Amino acid sequence: MKLTKLFKSAAIGLSASMLAVSVQAADVIKIGAVAPKTGALGGGAVVTQWPNVELWSKQVNAAGGLDVGGKKMMVEIIEYDDKTNPGEHIKAAQRLAEVDKVDFIVAPYGTGFNLAAAPIYAKYNYPHIAVSAISDKMPELTARYSNLFFTLGNTTSFSESVVDILKDMRAAGTIGNRVAMVNVADAFGIELAEAARPRLKEAGFDIVYDKSYPLGTPDLSPIIKGAKESNPDAFVAWSYPPDTFALTEQAIIQDLDVKMYYTAVATCFPAFVGKFGSKINGVFGAGGVNQDSPDIQAYFKAHKDITGKDADGWASANTYVSLQILGQAIEGAGTLDRQAVIDYIKASSFDTIMGPISFEDQISNRFWTVGQWQDGKFRGVKSSQMAGAAPIVAKDGWN
Amino acid sequence: MDIIITGLLLGGTYALIAFGLNLQYGVARIMNLANGEMIVLGALAAFWIFVADAISPILTMLIVAPLSFFGNWLIYRFLLRPLVRRAKNQGQLEVDSILATFGMAFALVGIMVSIHGEYYTYSYLAEPFEILGETFALNRIVAFCFAVLIGAALWLWLYFTRTGMAVRAVSVSTEASGLVGINVPQLSAIAFGLGGAVTTMGGTLISTFITLDASVGVVFTMKALIIIIMGGVGDIRGAIVAALILGLVETAVARLIDPGLTLAAAYAIFVLILLFRPQGLFGRKPS
Amino acid sequence: MTSGDVKQLVWGAILLALAACVPLVANGYWMSIALTIAMFTVLSTSWALFSGPTHYISLATAAFFGVGGFLVGTGMSDYNTDYWTMVVIASLAGTVLAFLVGLATLRLSGVYFVIFTLGLAEMIRTLVSWIQNNFTGSRGLYVLTDLGEADIYIHLVLVAALVYLAGWWIARSRLGFAMRIIGNDEMVARHVGINTAFSKVILFTFSGFVASLVGALIAPRYTYIEPNGVFSPELSFIVVIMALLGGTGRLWGPIVGVIPFALLQEYINANYSNYSTLVLGIAFLVIVYFLPHGVLGRLEETWAKRRRSTW
Repeated sequence: MKLTKLFKSAAIGLSASMLAVSVQAADVIKIGAVAPKTGALGGGAVVTQWPNVELWSKQVNAAGGLDVGGKKMMVEIIEYDDKTNPGEHIKAAQRLAEVDKVDFIVAPYGTGFNLAAAPIYAKYNYPHIAVSAISDKMPELTARYSNLFFTLGNTTSFSESVVDILKDMRAAGTIGNRVAMVNVADAFGIELAEAARPRLKEAGFDIVYDKSYPLGTPDLSPIIKGAKESNPDAFVAWSYPPDTFALTEQAIIQDLDVKMYYTAVATCFPAFVGKFGSKINGVFGAGGVNQDSPDIQAYFKAHKDITGKDADGWASANTYVSLQILGQAIEGAGTLDRQAVIDYIKASSFDTIMGPISFEDQISNRFWTVGQWQDGKFRGVKSSQMAGAAPIVAKDGWN
Repeated sequence: MDIIITGLLLGGTYALIAFGLNLQYGVARIMNLANGEMIVLGALAAFWIFVADAISPILTMLIVAPLSFFGNWLIYRFLLRPLVRRAKNQGQLEVDSILATFGMAFALVGIMVSIHGEYYTYSYLAEPFEILGETFALNRIVAFCFAVLIGAALWLWLYFTRTGMAVRAVSVSTEASGLVGINVPQLSAIAFGLGGAVTTMGGTLISTFITLDASVGVVFTMKALIIIIMGGVGDIRGAIVAALILGLVETAVARLIDPGLTLAAAYAIFVLILLFRPQGLFGRKPS
Repeated sequence: MTSGDVKQLVWGAILLALAACVPLVANGYWMSIALTIAMFTVLSTSWALFSGPTHYISLATAAFFGVGGFLVGTGMSDYNTDYWTMVVIASLAGTVLAFLVGLATLRLSGVYFVIFTLGLAEMIRTLVSWIQNNFTGSRGLYVLTDLGEADIYIHLVLVAALVYLAGWWIARSRLGFAMRIIGNDEMVARHVGINTAFSKVILFTFSGFVASLVGALIAPRYTYIEPNGVFSPELSFIVVIMALLGGTGRLWGPIVGVIPFALLQEYINANYSNYSTLVLGIAFLVIVYFLPHGVLGRLEETWAKRRRSTW
């Protein structure tokens, strides 16, 4: 009878779809991601790292997943908030490896965390493509951990690029020899200031103001006033997000009249231009991006459309690139076998939104070092082997 | 001169964050570790409303104050009263309130992070203002003026009204106040609510010149704790003086010695004062 | 020693031996958790040795812990000293520091003591940061060793044994007796002729020594040491809270707080990661309201009830 036929076909249809679902469930690549969502570094990771994890995984799955040796597999992200606590991060990393048994991982956020997790990921042989990790001990670390890759550059390049910009501007007659330099008293700030000092001296610059300030200092006006009093031509601050904002606000209020102004981390954040508008035209910051590249433009648009947020002008693109590399390596190796993927990464060149990226001794030597705000866009001006650097402009007052 | 004014401006900021905790600890006897989170809540409100509707944080402050008073009053009535009732002595209450407010702090951070996980950056009155030939940030000056206003209002209330007098009595001795007919539970709740309101207003003002985010509350809690202990618990004059000293010392050290030592110097002053006056500047010697 | 004492020692030895066997059965994930539990057990128990009987809540744990970790990092990274030498130097430094701090706090009491220790810890943190910036100026403190989590765990179990033995011995000694009287009424203690200053300083120093030793031993786990990381005030609070949760009335009180709390925290982080802070806060509140005297208090009440009901 009609009803029985209906039930029969429904039953067949149901079991067929259940079969399909159970088969599909096994065709998932599990990728673990541990990074801060709260705690001191939460604000930064929420801008730079997490949206790119979301963006990449959604794009991959919208295209049907990654092609692993002929089979399309979707990507599933397993995320944990490490609350900017290294102990918490280590536990979460172990959890991913032993309990969730993920196939791959997204590198942590922050140099300290990448290093704390490195031994664990090495033990399970996960390809560890580090982004937000800047260190001068990269050769020693890559020798120790054969699964670890670095993509953002090292301390030396970042400080050298700033010195190069100062040299260029001096040669062009825009600035003189007087440089005021400050740094946040945290490993990052200390290392960069340490690297910059000898280079500045060697290039014949006069460091007329050289101070550090503790992380979390509420009032940075004494620093700006002190710097202003030393009558500098250029101001360089190796700073973290809260101080980048605070120093710049003070510089505007005090009208720190320098033709070259540099703050480090978070200068490239959308919130920076959001807060200061056109006043920060000409400000230099760590990182950079090629705004004219069609790949980058498409990336920015997709980032905004899918995550609702604007990408930053530095590590956002790099984070996305690290995921592109992972995806292409899995497809290229044609397997989920981690050693095969690691070997593939070591040996191949990848086609990314930042152009072709490849690794020499597990280190990528193509990255932006300094960018500058020009008419509301943060453009890369100095780099290691990147194309599309924009010409430098001098800072012309704070309006 | 410039150092003195900058130092006072900074001290005014610190005083703001200490007023509230002084009321909550000095009167209601609750060591509120969620104090910093109240500040951040005020900042979040200011940020949100400013970015969405371009409404001045000063106005937001007036909206936020009664909300915070009511919220904190509720917290005291329902979350903290039971602890007060079951505590057999002050030490036990302190332990319990530390644990409970610590939990509250965590819960609040979790809520705020889900509302807005990034930095609360916006620009309000970030313009130069000249005093005696030196430039200062207008937003800081405005915040300082309001801190003075709020402090003055509080002081007037405490010293010239009946309720204020009752509150001061409770801060001297809970038992004795009860004996003279003061409704201690009710007053403690009012003091706690008022303390919370002042703290949140402080947060709104602070957010105009400092970039905050959901997780930074604990830094403010620690600063506030240090200020009220340095000033001597329960006395609002102590909190003000301690805050100003701290602001001046930090600024002076930053300009004259080394900005890297600002916080170290601040804590050093704190440590020194306690070494020579274990009860704080204006505190009462333990009997 | 009485037979009761001998029984306690034997029990203690058995439990410690069992603890030492954990690496044989645990995989990487559970090893991580066990390591965290071991670390907090040692820190909380040694904290409770001082703060338990005297009721002086010290928030200085992070200062000593940080000194331990920081010196190991600096020594290995900047001066190429080997790990074990640095562990010795770091714990000695921590002990000296704790002694000085102990002396400094003698006149303080109540909440003044608490916040003083907090301010001191913060001062040390910013001072160390400044020193690192201006003098050692190192390029990040790398602690690269071959020690795995299981090794560090065993080290901590050994320290735990030391702490428990010390606690056991103290409780039976005149020092322990003195501490209990101080805790009940310090004025009386002084009048009875107890040298309160000496007792307090000795125990505080021991507490600090253990904290700096733990900081030094656990440095290899993090690989990269930053002052703002190892001197985190949050650590001091967590140690206090775990000890209070467990109950400071007995030597084995803190561990009874550490284990469930660490497991609860792990459970929340694993399953509610995006809301972990919120859920943790709520869990906290629930604990405070239903376990007023800590887990220990609840356990003892239940036993007392059961004993009464058998009459």
